[in-house]
This record gives sequence, C-alpha cells and structure tokens, in this order.
Amino acid sequence: MTQYDIAVIGGGNAALCAAMTAAESGAKVLILETAPKAYRGGNSRHTRNFRCMHTGPLGPLVETYSEDEYFEDLLKVTKGKTNETLARLAIRTSEACLPWMQDHGVRFQPSLSGTLSLGRTNAFFMGGGKSLVNAYYRTADKLGVDVLYEAAVTHLELSENAVQWVDYTHEGKSHRITPKAVVVASGGFQADTDWLTRAWGPAAQNFLIRGTPYNRGIVLADLLEQGVSQVGDADQCHAVAIDGRAPKYDGGIVTRLDCVPFSIVVNKNAERFYDEGEDVWPKRYAIWGRLVAAQPDQVGHVVIDSKSIDLFMPSVFPPLKADTLEELAALMDIDGAKLKDTVETFNAACGDTSDFHPTELDGVATSGLSPAKTNWARPITDPPFYGYSLRTGVTFTYLGLKVDENAQCSTDTGPIKNLWAAGETMAGSILGQGYLAGYGMTIGTVFGRIAGREAAAYAN
Amino acid sequence: MQTDLVQEARRQAEICNACRYCEGYCSVFPALHANRAFTDGDIAQLANLCHNCRGCYYACQYTAPHEFDLNLPAALAEVRRDSWESYAWPQPMARRFHTHGAAIVTALVVGFALLFAAIKMIGSAGGEGFYAALSHNAMVAIFAPAFLLPLASLGIGLRRYWRDVGGIGIRMSHLTKAFGRAAKMKDLAAGHGDGCNFEDEDRFSQGRRHVHQAIMYGFLLCFASTSTATVMHYVFDMPAPYPLLSLPKLLGVVGGIVLTLGCIGMIMLKRKSDPTLGDAKAWGGDMAFVALLGFVGFSGLALYALGASTAMPVLLAIHLGAVLTFFLLTPFTKMAHGFYRLAALIRDAQRVS
Ligand SMILES: Cc1cc2nc3c(=O)[nH]c(=O)nc-3n(C[C@H](O)[C@H](O)[C@H](O)COP(=O)(O)OP(=O)(O)OC[C@H]3O[C@@H](n4cnc5c(N)ncnc54)[C@H](O)[C@@H]3O)c2cc1C
Ligand code: SF4
Ligand code: SF4
Repeated sequence: MTQYDIAVIGGGNAALCAAMTAAESGAKVLILETAPKAYRGGNSRHTRNFRCMHTGPLGPLVETYSEDEYFEDLLKVTKGKTNETLARLAIRTSEACLPWMQDHGVRFQPSLSGTLSLGRTNAFFMGGGKSLVNAYYRTADKLGVDVLYEAAVTHLELSENAVQWVDYTHEGKSHRITPKAVVVASGGFQADTDWLTRAWGPAAQNFLIRGTPYNRGIVLADLLEQGVSQVGDADQCHAVAIDGRAPKYDGGIVTRLDCVPFSIVVNKNAERFYDEGEDVWPKRYAIWGRLVAAQPDQVGHVVIDSKSIDLFMPSVFPPLKADTLEELAALMDIDGAKLKDTVETFNAACGDTSDFHPTELDGVATSGLSPAKTNWARPITDPPFYGYSLRTGVTFTYLGLKVDENAQCSTDTGPIKNLWAAGETMAGSILGQGYLAGYGMTIGTVFGRIAGREAAAYAN
Repeated sequence: MQTDLVQEARRQAEICNACRYCEGYCSVFPALHANRAFTDGDIAQLANLCHNCRGCYYACQYTAPHEFDLNLPAALAEVRRDSWESYAWPQPMARRFHTHGAAIVTALVVGFALLFAAIKMIGSAGGEGFYAALSHNAMVAIFAPAFLLPLASLGIGLRRYWRDVGGIGIRMSHLTKAFGRAAKMKDLAAGHGDGCNFEDEDRFSQGRRHVHQAIMYGFLLCFASTSTATVMHYVFDMPAPYPLLSLPKLLGVVGGIVLTLGCIGMIMLKRKSDPTLGDAKAWGGDMAFVALLGFVGFSGLALYALGASTAMPVLLAIHLGAVLTFFLLTPFTKMAHGFYRLAALIRDAQRVS
C-alpha cells in the first residue's frame, strides 16, 4: 500500500482545498471520504455561493466589497461573538481565493436573475456546489491525489501531541494508516440526532437536517475525548424554517420557503407567536428555525391567501389549498375554529394596506395586536387559502475544533504537531453564533488551503 | 403527448424551479423560471430547448439515489421524442422509427430496392454521367416529391407544436436571434463556454458540439451542392456531370467528408455516453439515424470517386436509395429535431423580447 504523507479526512470543499494545495506542494495525499461517490462532498454539494472581498470588479463580482464592510456584515449577524483575527484573515484571503478557485476548475455564474441580489458580495457557482465539488475532484485527480470513498474514519490516535495513526473502515474491514500529517475536514455533527438531542433536548428529534447524513461528528467527538481544544457550544447551530415535508436529510436548498413575510404563522394551537413582518426575508430566514424549534411539537403553520401566492419563490412541494380556513386547518391538523378566530383577530388589526410593497419594508403594520406584524400586514381574506407547515432545518453545528491562524489544532499542552482542521469542523473558532450567507465556503476555502499548505510543509 | 412522461418532466421542473442552481447552463432554465406552473405546452417547449448536454445532471445534488431522483436530461429527452411523435403527420408513421433502429435499416433496404428497380425499369433514356444510369427526369420525378412531402409533413407537425407552446406571430428579430443561436450552437457550449458533459461523466468538453457542428455544416454543404446543381441545370442550362473544380462538386466533396466524419465522431461519442441520461428507448433509433446520415455522405463520396467506373450504377442506386430513405424519414426520425429546435428557439426569442 502507498505510504501517504497526508491523510485528509472528509470529501467536501475544505478537504478538497487542503488536498489540492498539499498535492501541489509535492505531498502524496489520500482523501478518506465516508460517503459513497454519489453522495461525496458533504454539505458543500448543497451550496451555491461564496462570499468574497474585492477591491475592484473580480470575476463575476461587481463594484467593491471591502474588508471592513465584510467584517461589519459579519459582526451584525454574530452579535460580536467573532474571533476578529481569524475572521479578518478569512476575509482578506478570500480575494485571492476566487481566481484560485477558477484555476482549479470552478465556474462562476455571470449574474443572477431570480434570486437575491447578491451580485456584489457573493460569487455564485454555475450549477451549484456539486459542480464545484466535481471540478475539484477532477483537479485533485490530475494532481495525483488518491480518493477512497466509503472510508469512514473512526479514530485518530493522539499521543505526545502528535497523531500516531488513523483508523478507518472500508468495505467492512478496519484499516490503519500512519500518514505524516492529518487534515480534519469532516464537518459538524448535525446528522447525529442523538448528539443534537443531548444538546437541545428532545425537541431535536423533530429537526430536519438540510444537508448530508454523513456529518455525524465521529472524528470531532474522538478528538475532543482525547483532549483536543474545543470551541463553541453544542447547542449553537445554524437552523432555518423549512418545508415540513422535506426529507429527514439532504433536502437542501429547495425545501426553503419564502412566504413567511406575507403570511401569518401559527403554532399547533393555532396561535401566532412572532412578528412575521419583522424584516425582509433573507435577513429573517435564520431566526425562524429557532422560533419554530421553540413551539410545541416543533412545528409552525403558514397561512396565506390568494393575494400573496405569487409573491414568493415557488416551493418544491405544492402548498396545501382550501376554500375555507376551517378546511385548511383540517389539512394542517389544527383546530379550525381557533384558526378562524386567530385570522379574524389579525384581520381586524390590519389597517390601511395601500402602501403594500412586497420587496421593501413597507410599514404596513397591525395595530393593537400582540405579537404585532410590522410590515406587509394585509388581511387574510381571499380564498382559496394556502398553507405550509414549517419545521426546523439544521444547516450545521458550531461546536468544533479550536485552531490558530495556521489552522493547527492544539491541546492544553500546546499545538499538535501534525494535525490541522478546516471548514465546518473548525468554523466555531471564528463564529460563535449567527451566520452570513456564503461565509461557510469562505472559511472552508481559506482554511482548507492554509491547512494543506501547513501540512505539506510539515510532511515534506 | 404521453401524460406520464409529461408529468414526470413537470415534477422535475418544479423541483428545479425551487432550486435554480443550474440557471446558467442553458436556455431551458431561464424559460423554466419564467413559469410558476407548467402546462403540457410549456413542458414540450422546455423539452425542445434542451439539447441533452447533461450539465444539469452531473451538477444536481438530487440525482438518484436521492429520493427526488432528478434526471432532467432524460426526462426532457423522453418528452422531446414523444412531442415529435405526437405532433407528426401522418400519425401511423409517427412512432415507427425513433425507437426502432431496425425499422430505419429496413427502410434503407427498401430505398435501395426502389432505386435498383427504378434504374432497371426506367433506365437512362440516353443521358450522360449519372444520367446514363437514371435519367434526369426520372430523378426529379422521384426526388421532388420525396423532398417536398416530408417538408409538408413537418410543416403540419410544427404548426401543432406552435399552437401548443402558445407561439405568436413571428417577427424578423425573433428569427435573427434564433438562427444566430443555432448557427453557433451556443447552448452546446454551456453557459461557461466549456461544452457538454457527455463522453466522460462530468468532464466538460467541446467534443459533442464540434461533431454536431460538423454534421450540421456538412449536411448544409451537401444540400447547397444539390441546390447549386439544380440552379445550374435549370437556370443556366448547365446539366451534370460537373468537373471537380465546380461549385456543386466542391461543396459536395467537402460537405460529404465533413458530414461523414461528423457522423462517425457522433457515434463514437454516443457510445461512450451514459444512455440513461438520454432517451434510452430511442438510443437504437438515434444511432441508426446517425449511421444513415453518415452513410448518405459516405456513399455520395464513393459515387464521386468511382463515378466513371463500372460500379457507378450500383453505387448510384445505393446512394440515391439512402438519400430517398433519409428524406422520407425526416419527419419521423431524429432529423426532425433540427426543425423543432429552431421553432423552440424562435419561441424562446419571443418570450424574452
Ligand atoms: C442546504 C445548504 C446550503 C448551503 N449553502 C451555502 C452557500 O451557498 N454558501 C456557503 O458558504 N455555505 C453554504 N452552506 C454551508 C456550507 O455547506 C458549509 O459551510 C461548507 O460546505 C462546509 O464545508 P466542509 O468541507 O467543512 O464540510 P462538508 O462539505 O460537509 O464536508 C464534510 C465531509 O466529511 C465527510 N465525513 C464526515 N465524517 C467523516 C468520517 N468519519 N470519515 C470520513 N469522512 C467523513 C463527509 O462525508 C463530507 O464529505 C450550506 C449548507 C447547506 C446544508
Ligand atoms: S437539475 Fe438539480 S441542481 Fe439543477 S436546477 Fe434542477 S434541481 Fe437544481
Ligand atoms: S441537459 Fe443541458 S440543455 Fe438540457 S436542461 Fe440540462 S443543462 Fe440544459
């Protein structure tokens, strides 16, 4: 068997960036990916863009996006829970990443029509994250990187602040290899419902996992048990409200629902619980995951009427549809009289709707209602009525490995000589909470490349 | 159209409409995103805009074994073929060839036989060159209807298509746009210009675009050769045979070579490609059709080369038999796709303008 200089654990964006970088420095690299080939690429296969700083037009990106503006955008969502040194390092390096990505086969989309106007801050992958992952596997192959699919890493043996060996299973057998250096890029632990349940309580049983079922945090847990420094809280995760009919895993982007601002959302008792019109949807997308998680049975029901059905992106599953609110309530399995009552109370609190504007904060608000709806508050009166059920969809978890500027892991007694980490599995080192669209791929690309560089420098 | 095929394509289109990751690959997606719900006509239009580059398959995070089971290239290919069959006229011919390569071969043999019989029974009436084997008038009597009837048949099919996809009055600007896109086969390059995912999974390559361009331009050159010969015959009273340095021969030889090589290239690429990402049922029919087209080119070249030898009458019967079969089958084989694709591009130009 080939003696590898570096083992990279994981097969997503961060792993591939590390593997390509290390191979380009002359190291012999093996990627151990637990998923079969059809599902390779973890959560990265579900992504669509990369947030990138730029001091002038760059690739598909227009105008400029400065380091400070990027950093401030980040601070807003993390409410200050940010490691400034590492965050700025990621931001600054992102500019050089974009041409590097192109050189390694990624194709960007010139400009985007239908979706959010992120043409200045985020570069979109043509074909989405799976096409990025495919391109990277092709490039890695050309660079001589070996890839083993269905290779589940079970244990890294740590002693004297060095990884001594790596155990993995493949085709039903256990294997042990002794690479000189190891890069961990195996994501978070969100697909392990038991772990989520320990952190969140029983509510987590009802969570859906938006991405890969393979990120179960096995390597993360193994390293934390051996005293590798950890960062972040187990109950911190990025979660959004998605269509309740989504599959348990891997539903990805299509399960999102953009209709909340034009709706009222009730819980299983047919009561409203939060201001649906607080802000434009992209900015409120993420908080609804937690809001729904806090409701009984972790479910929310969106109610809209025919006035609003064309105002948002089409949903992957058709909405529930009924001519009366009672019938809609029956489809949602909630109390019809109660729902009717909630809607009538809401309707009575609506005022002048002549300023209604679907894409701007229009100030069309309810009065004397608690909780208020502060924008887009139009009475729900015109049948047919439509509904969706909402569930909490977990994107990723934050608890992870603590790294330094070189992406190197450590224990209480100092750095681990030959262990680096990149991507989701160390994202908590940068963000304590909150999330900025496109920053996950930035972290993975920046720290993947750093980890690859450092590991190769050590191994050579 | 077959409701199950249309329904499957609709199911997938609805998923794509919520996803939109493939927006940049081709003209299918912008057209798709312009709708919230899809009529059968919308699906037929999307299907005819798709050229099966497979970019959206390899990029899709929802392909099998995922439960969403996306395979848009295959779903659209099946609807596309079904649309040609459903719109075709006369209907008894519609479903006999696309999915039956053997039927094409049989038709070819019948074509040979007809021409042999014609040569035997009608003969030369004392002409020169090829006309020594079959008189010019006899050729015209056979090929004028064999050319015009299929065109009329296609016209009827296209009208049905146009009605279903909600086409409106055609303006010059629609045509320039559509022909411009067809001439460069812009979509075959994919949005980023690196080509299709065809012969080697997710690797982008211009291979398919190039062989397809060779087939199209080779065919058009051969067609131009015949057309100039017709003009020379009737307008300038310059009947065949023509010397090598004449317009019909130059166009014909170059066209024949390009067409033959293009068809060989296409067959090789198709053999490497994954049949489950296309219309698997039509695989044999498509292959037989490409082989027929290549054979038309090749037999024409052979005829040029050996036209002065004693093999000429046999070669003439074989070549003309192939041409006859090809013409007559045009509305019922893959050849129809060129016409429908053009119609779809014109319709798409109307949507955008
Ligand atoms: C639906 C969705 C959309 C998203 N969209 C965006 C976006 O547009 N932009 C953005 O920046 N971020 C987005 N994100 C977040 C983004 O996916 C992550 O930040 C990023 O992909 C993390 O990359 P990674 O390489 O660290 O992890 P992953 O891509 O998840 O890769 C982890 C890899 O490790 C493997 N693995 C796990 N355990 C083991 C083991 N024991 N042994 C071997 N291998 C193992 C997995 O199979 C996988 O290949 C999105 C996430 C989701 C779920
Ligand atoms: S083919 Fe797949 S990735 Fe592409 S738009 Fe459709 S669902 Fe999305
Ligand atoms: S196969 Fe190619 S042409 Fe057809 S829809 Fe997909 S990307 Fe577009």
